Amino acid sequence: MNPPNGFDVSRRGVVLGTAATGAVSALGVSPVYAQAATPASAASVSAPVTARVSVTVNGEARALELDTRTTLLDALREHLHLTGSKKGCDHGQCGACTVIVDGRRINSCLSLAVMHEGASVTTIEGLGGPDNLHPLQAAFVKHDGYQCGYCTPGQICSAVAMLDEVKAGLPSHVSDDLLAAPELDGAELRERMSGNICRCGAYSNIAEAITEVAGRKA
Amino acid sequence: MKPFTFERAASPAEAAAAAARTPGSKFIAGGTNLLDLMKLQIETPAHLIDVNGLGLDAIDLIPEGGLRIGALVRNTDLAADERVRRDYGVLSRALLSGASGQLRNKATTAGNLLQRTRCPYFYDTAQPCNKRQPGSGCSALGGFSRQHAVMGVSDACIATHPSDMAVAMRVLDAKVETVRPDGNKRSVPIAEFHTLPGDTPQVENTLAPGELITAVTLPPPVGGTQIYRKVRDRASYAFALVSVAAIVQRDGSGRVALGGVAHKPWRVEAAEAELPNGPKAAAEKLLAGARTTPDNAYKIPLVERTLGAVLAKARG
Repeated sequence: MNPPNGFDVSRRGVVLGTAATGAVSALGVSPVYAQAATPASAASVSAPVTARVSVTVNGEARALELDTRTTLLDALREHLHLTGSKKGCDHGQCGACTVIVDGRRINSCLSLAVMHEGASVTTIEGLGGPDNLHPLQAAFVKHDGYQCGYCTPGQICSAVAMLDEVKAGLPSHVSDDLLAAPELDGAELRERMSGNICRCGAYSNIAEAITEVAGRKA
Repeated sequence: MKPFTFERAASPAEAAAAAARTPGSKFIAGGTNLLDLMKLQIETPAHLIDVNGLGLDAIDLIPEGGLRIGALVRNTDLAADERVRRDYGVLSRALLSGASGQLRNKATTAGNLLQRTRCPYFYDTAQPCNKRQPGSGCSALGGFSRQHAVMGVSDACIATHPSDMAVAMRVLDAKVETVRPDGNKRSVPIAEFHTLPGDTPQVENTLAPGELITAVTLPPPVGGTQIYRKVRDRASYAFALVSVAAIVQRDGSGRVALGGVAHKPWRVEAAEAELPNGPKAAAEKLLAGARTTPDNAYKIPLVERTLGAVLAKARG
């Protein structure tokens, strides 16, 4: 079993990177900058390059040494072993990887981990667990808002942040009046959740779950 | 993804200078398009310059009138800005019609202008594509081309520019402010920012190597009824087949720009004199010289009908 902090994985990455480039001082580099001193050719880098990044994940400070290519999603799943966030398409088209960064929902597959220095990340694990479900998690269970469940963590993280967007008065494509406070009717909910695809087609139950929590909040 | 080195720039001028001195470098802001392309090895930068810390994320009033939108203002924030919602509604509408909530939270103003085409042959590295690999040929000509351009096309490329935001900015006469590696700044009218494919479809805009977008400026509000109408294969989260950005005044005069039909937002000022004469007259001038394929010839009547719907809505 890997330890939960995943440091054995990242240390191996550092050793590989250091041996290959002979240039990166694993612990001496600036937290935001790492560069191989002698790229193999003018416009390509032959070996992996590592950089350090510090993020707060679900309230806990984490420091990682990562290949610069590591997405936030892979950092969460493969290095921090928070496998609730799912890799669906890995191209920002399905929403299964949705997490909340500094209060905003994003596709964690389309963001590099090293670009999140100092950020605060909330994943499905941070919203609630089996003994203390977040209201949206409970509503998804109650309304059977899934079939296979693969899109569910992304759906729930997305919905949590989406409800905050409505509360903040952000308009959507289907809002009749750009300046009026939005009301989360069926059309608004579907438009605002369109970045989360459910391959099983559990949309009607997902919509019911979110609607119930939105009503409770209002 | 190919390995790359990574740095955070401290100022716009330093970012531009770093790009000029580092071969194979790219700026990265939201990353929602660049990382997608890097995963597919369509983009293979050797060095990424993270510009997120440059402080270009404010929307300021310009003393003489208008707004200066920082290059790093996220699509969500631009669409939601109260001044934009009130005075530049076509821009809010265009932004909100694009991508998803998650993507708009990351995607930036400058990045939106610089996004690459979604031509399926550009994305398929097993197929020839003059934009991806100059001189290899165009697979879309004679291929599956229902999404492709009908205006300003060339024998080398019939790709479209995918942005909704840029179409609204074109109808608003926005300008793109930049800084060059030598520190010089300039302001480019958006009409002159994106280019047509010609023989060099790999070139998509008039930025010089290392030149960094710092802001987009909007002129003082022009009022009118502002509409962005987007026609697509599904109701949300899809690129435009055809889109119309319009600003229509009470007397029936106005401005119109099209998305989904060209390698850049498509606007023909001479066609706007025809707007009071109805969509058929205006569309004829907008689409004069169109070159279609059997797959995308439907865009000609679709533009006229969409424009008709927009003008009808503007009349109320």
